[in-house]
Amino acid sequence: MTLLAVERLSKAFGGVHAIEDVSFAIRPGAVHSIIGPNGAGKTTLLNMITGIYVPDSGHIRLAGRDLAGLPTHRFAAAGIGRTFQNLQIFFNMTALENVMTGRHLHERCSLLSAMLRTRALARAEDACREVAHRLLRLVGLADYREARADTMPYGALKRLEIARALAAEPKLLLLDEPAAGLNQTEAREIDALIKRLAADGTTVILVEHNMRLVMEVSDHVLVLDHGRKLAEGTPAEIAGDPQVIEAYLGMPTAAPANAGATKAGHA
Amino acid sequence: MARAAATASDPAAARRWAGSPHRGGMLLLAAVIALLPLGLSNNYFYDIAIAVALNAIVCVGLNLLIGYAGQISLGHAAFFALGGYGSAILAATFGWPTWLSLPSACAAVGLLAFVVGRPTLRLKGHYLAMATLGLGVIVSIVLSTEDRITGGPDGMSVAPLALFGWTLHGERTWYWVASAGLLLAVWLALNLIESPAGRALRALHGSEIAAETLGIDSARHKLRVFVISAVFAAVAGALTAHYAGFITPAKASFMHSVELVIMVVFGGMASIFGAVVGAVILTTLPQLLTVFKDYEMMVFGAVLMATMVFFPHGVVPTLGRWLARRPK
Repeated sequence: MTLLAVERLSKAFGGVHAIEDVSFAIRPGAVHSIIGPNGAGKTTLLNMITGIYVPDSGHIRLAGRDLAGLPTHRFAAAGIGRTFQNLQIFFNMTALENVMTGRHLHERCSLLSAMLRTRALARAEDACREVAHRLLRLVGLADYREARADTMPYGALKRLEIARALAAEPKLLLLDEPAAGLNQTEAREIDALIKRLAADGTTVILVEHNMRLVMEVSDHVLVLDHGRKLAEGTPAEIAGDPQVIEAYLGMPTAAPANAGATKAGHA
Repeated sequence: MARAAATASDPAAARRWAGSPHRGGMLLLAAVIALLPLGLSNNYFYDIAIAVALNAIVCVGLNLLIGYAGQISLGHAAFFALGGYGSAILAATFGWPTWLSLPSACAAVGLLAFVVGRPTLRLKGHYLAMATLGLGVIVSIVLSTEDRITGGPDGMSVAPLALFGWTLHGERTWYWVASAGLLLAVWLALNLIESPAGRALRALHGSEIAAETLGIDSARHKLRVFVISAVFAAVAGALTAHYAGFITPAKASFMHSVELVIMVVFGGMASIFGAVVGAVILTTLPQLLTVFKDYEMMVFGAVLMATMVFFPHGVVPTLGRWLARRPK
């Protein structure tokens, strides 16, 4: 049983092969992580799975339907939601409105009923607000619900993006570095949140540099390097994979020992 | 109305009615409109007040496009003029009653906006500004040269608006018609902004990529609001023509389009009441500045520059922020 099947996906920017011939399958109801060094093509891959980039070749099948080439909003309508590495919050709205916007696919959007503010629409708005409240509580932002997004701290905005994406009730949720820039405590909260989402049956694809987080929450890990799939397996398998260790730390024999030491000193 | 019924039966709806910050604005606007005639001592002032209200209708619609959808139209004067000419020509040349010619002309303008907007709004960037600029120039030329139908550069006379055998004439009657039109336009626009469709628009302005990943079809939503704003302009243009009894191609000029954009930016983008305030100030300011005679345009320009320096977000949003920041 496969929820998302990515088949032989490729994308080049000029001469740079950001993603080359990558295939993988995502089972429903599990947390899948995509890791890899900087520039490995993780975000490019995510952008293709959400329709922001059109792949040069290959297929993206969600529950059997090929989505490659469709506009971004059709990917969302098919059931793929995401957050962004560099925040894409609606700063011109309140926290609550951000999450309510996430309900877009579940709202009727007739202009006439909107402009005349019919009773049915007013009732739907109340229901929408209720759902948004619940989601803000879920991610721990109940105190911020009337706050304007541009007055909120960074860590709260990271969670606001998750709540907004969840509002669409996606079958598949893509989290692009949800813990980036967060301190230990905040990262652990994200950690707990992802586990909770998975327990509730949401399928999650996680792109993350925080290895502690990846190893703790993932059921399955995919490693990218230079746009290609390097390895795939359970967290334990990946942690012990010599190819992965090499990609992250460099081959011990290829570099002179003192250069390696200097690098470690800087890190 | 639907809302009154909802308020009576549904406590949540009642809270919304009482708690919405816009209700105060609507009531204030209605109060100003009701009390203003006390200060209007002659028909000249009524004439200005009518021009203000009708311009404000255009601005409320244009503000939906500029302030909420983040798109600029440099051809709204064309929609304004086409509303006026369309209704006038249907009435004069084809003998339609004005109660039918006015909505028909406005619907046709909406259709034109749809045809122009559909291909251009699929493109990212400010292509709508270019397309509407071109449209404005074409409309302006056609209105001047097709003199058999439009009367050419001298313009044409327009039949008075008649509803059920009741003919509207006189500044005092038109003051109430234009004001009612403005209140209706503001009410419709406020409702739109507070609906899912309005949130989708604001989302597009905030982050188009994020909006798309939530399933918002940006091209479709921009197109819809563009058509609405064109229809608002056409209604105001048709009312202006029927009120004045006369219309000239100057109404379709590029300068008029720019004036309308300035009113929106001056009053405050993404603020419905800002659009109204912008229309009020920029329609009345030239009248007040006539005391400067030859220097009128210089002073006008200086006022605009000073406003953009001290009120960079427009008059109403900046004042709103000051009030919000002041300790209670």
